[in-house]
This record gives sequence, C-alpha cells and structure tokens, in this order.
Amino acid sequence: MADLPQLGRRRFLASVAGGVGGLILGGWGRIPNDFDFTKLLESAETVSRLAQRAVTPRTALAREYTEADLSPEFRANGNTEPSDPDYQRLAENGFADWRLGVGGLVERPRSFSLAELKGLPSRTQITRHDCVEGWSCIGKWKGVRLATLLDLVGPHPDARYVMFYCADAMDLSGDKYYESIDLDGAYHPQTILAYEMNGETLPIAHGAPLRLRDERQLGYKMAKYIMRIELAADFAQIGDGKGGYLEDQGYEWWAGI
Amino acid sequence: MTILLMSGLQIFNAHPALYWGSASNFDHPLVAICGFPDWATLAGSQWLAMGRRRHFFFAWLFVANGIVYALLAVLGGHLRSDLWPSRQDLRRIGHSIRQHLRLRFPKGAEARRYNVLQKLTYLVVLVLLCPLIVLAGLAMSPQLDAGYPWLLWFFDGRQSARTIHFVCAFSLLAFVVVHLVMVVVSGLKNNIRSMITGWYDIGEEHG
Repeated sequence: MADLPQLGRRRFLASVAGGVGGLILGGWGRIPNDFDFTKLLESAETVSRLAQRAVTPRTALAREYTEADLSPEFRANGNTEPSDPDYQRLAENGFADWRLGVGGLVERPRSFSLAELKGLPSRTQITRHDCVEGWSCIGKWKGVRLATLLDLVGPHPDARYVMFYCADAMDLSGDKYYESIDLDGAYHPQTILAYEMNGETLPIAHGAPLRLRDERQLGYKMAKYIMRIELAADFAQIGDGKGGYLEDQGYEWWAGI
Repeated sequence: MTILLMSGLQIFNAHPALYWGSASNFDHPLVAICGFPDWATLAGSQWLAMGRRRHFFFAWLFVANGIVYALLAVLGGHLRSDLWPSRQDLRRIGHSIRQHLRLRFPKGAEARRYNVLQKLTYLVVLVLLCPLIVLAGLAMSPQLDAGYPWLLWFFDGRQSARTIHFVCAFSLLAFVVVHLVMVVVSGLKNNIRSMITGWYDIGEEHG
C-alpha cells in the first residue's frame, strides 16, 4: 500500500531536484552580475498596491472614532520644528503671510491664504494615525477636502499625481520633504488638508499651518508644513524620482500596508 | 519563514513596544523593550525600509505557499486521513502525553502515522496560527482596515492585531524549535531518511 505514494514521492523529488539543478546550472549564468535583488523585493510593493486596490472599494472610509478615543499623547513624527528661516518668519506672524500655491497641470493655477482655506467647506474627522514605525494615535482633524481645492483649480487630463512640497529640510543637505499621492487618494472623501487638530489650530509639531490627512495610508504620506501643491503626470524627474523624500530613501510609495 | 521572522523583528525594533486596543497609549504599553539585537534582524537595526520590503515580499510567498498547501491538504485527503485526530486518538491523549514526557516515542506500525499530539499541534499551527498571523498582519494595513472594518472588530483594534501578530510569530518559532528537537530526539537519521525517501524504519527487524 505504501509503495505507490513512495514511488510518486521519489519521482517527484527526483524531478524537483532535476528542475532546481537545471535552473541553477542554466539560469545562474544568465543572471547578470549587477542583478538587483532590491528590485525583486520591490516587486512586492506593486503586488500589494494592486491587490489592496482591487479588494478595497474606492470610497471605503477609514474607521472614524469618537472623542472618547482621542489619544492623550499624540506623538509627532518626522520633523517637529522646521529650521528653514523663511518658514520661521511665517510662523512668527501666525502664518498670516503664508499662501498655498496650487499649480502644475491645472487649468486655473491660484494661491490660497489660510483664511481663504478656512472659508471653504470643511470636514472634521476623528481617525487613527498609523506610523510606519508601528504605533498608532487617534486624533481629530478639521480641514478642507483636497477634492474641493482640485475642483477649484481644474486638473489637466494628463494629471495623475498630486505633489506636496514642504518647508522642512530632513537632513544637512537641505533637501526638503515632499510627498505624492495619486488622484484616487486625492479625491477620497477623507483626504483633507488639515489646519486644526483636536479642536485647536494645528500645532507646529504636527505640521502647521497645513498638513495632509490621507487616512488609508501610513503617517509618512501625510506631508506636514505644506507650502505648495502641484499636479503632475509623473514624478520620475522630481527628487530621486520615487515620489517622496522617504520613498527616495527606500520606503514604499504605496503606504497602504 | 526565517526571513519573515528576522525582518519582522527589524520592523518591531522601530518601535519596540506592544499595546492593546486601537491606539498606542505610550504610558501604558503591554510590553516595552529596548529592541532585539542586530544578529536577530537582517539589516542594521535602523533600516526599517528594507525590513518592510523583505517582510512583504516573503509574506506574499508565505501566503502563496499556504494556499497551495491548504488546497492539496484538503483535496488530497492529507487533512482528513493524516491530520484530523480520530476519536480513538483523542482517548489516548493522556497516554501520549505521558509517553512524550518520558521521551518514549511510538514504535512499530504506530510510528508510521502522526500521533495524537502531533496531529493536534499541526492542526493548531495550520488552521489557527498561520491564518491568524496573516489576518493580524492584514489588520495592520490602514487601507484594508477601511475596506474590511471587521478586521478591527475581530482583533479589537490595530495595536491588538500587532500584538497578536507578534505572539503568533513567537508561537510559530516555538513550534519550529520543538519540532526540530523532536526530530532529533526521536531518531534523526531515520526521520531525515523518511522525509526524503519515504522509507521509515519502524524498528521491527531489530526488535
């Protein structure tokens, strides 16, 4: 009785061994010396993005919590005090002179003062912020939907990404933080440009005067200290071409996981 | 799985504390340590980006393997005939535990099949731990939490899911360690031969 499966198993093992051996002998010579295993690992990001997008409805909302759930201590990630002198001058004046430029591939480029943004319809949401490091905090955010702003400027048909340019330099080279999301994320109902946190003016540690909230991605996507927004067809020519400051350091552009 | 564990520890080191519930109450972690040493992780302890890339790449392989194994086990009858304990098996569980504690292992025809403790352990690993660790991993994804809010309900929040993911990882590690120890103490040569060739010496000729 045991003979048949054993024969099957032996034949199977023999063919596996042959196959693996053949692959090694035949394939190894063909792997170029500069074969980039990082590229292979990076392919998982594409699989994750396509799979997550495929199984999640486009308008599915991130869970919204209640006031009782607010975190007593909301940790600030990334920069907490930009050293840029221009930024500091704006901050001293309560950002009265700050203006958000919205341009790039849009029909009607324009800029907004903080007061103008606050005059637009707002959305308030209590959501969970997930840092790439692993911790989560719950905060209340009020701001204007990015979709509202995009409707005002009219994206060009070629536009695919929204680029956020920030005031904070991340290292001594002076390269400033930047981020990008695609239009799917930009038009999501919970994607807002927040100017209030927990019922108060957005603190500098959390990105004053304006930060992005994209509740279905990790914290590093949610650019703080936003100075300028541009729509673009692609980001290959921007920074190191990966779509964001941390992406240029090796982090995934798709931060839904 | 080794790479999953090591890259997982590397990711954990970015914030080496565990919490229960939706969010992290930094003043009241369940566990907070200084992080795992470099030898237990794959890259330098601070290289979170690479840890994540490795972890997700091998997580996809793990899931793909798991699906193929599950299909084969169910369709091929391995689950029913070899893994699912019979009533008779369960009646002998006390006996089996006593024998194992004395490091006395089944001999003769009995040794050919999985014993009841093996069956139960393999079932817990395959039916409980493996699916649970994958689900808990998925529950840490903000995108999937939006699409599948029951993930948050099921694990009682994202930080709980992270804790359960961690506990499952170490349970699987414990399983592998115990499994390997048992392979050695119950006859290394015989076991390895049976895995590769299918021949398992049940000891009757020498008895």
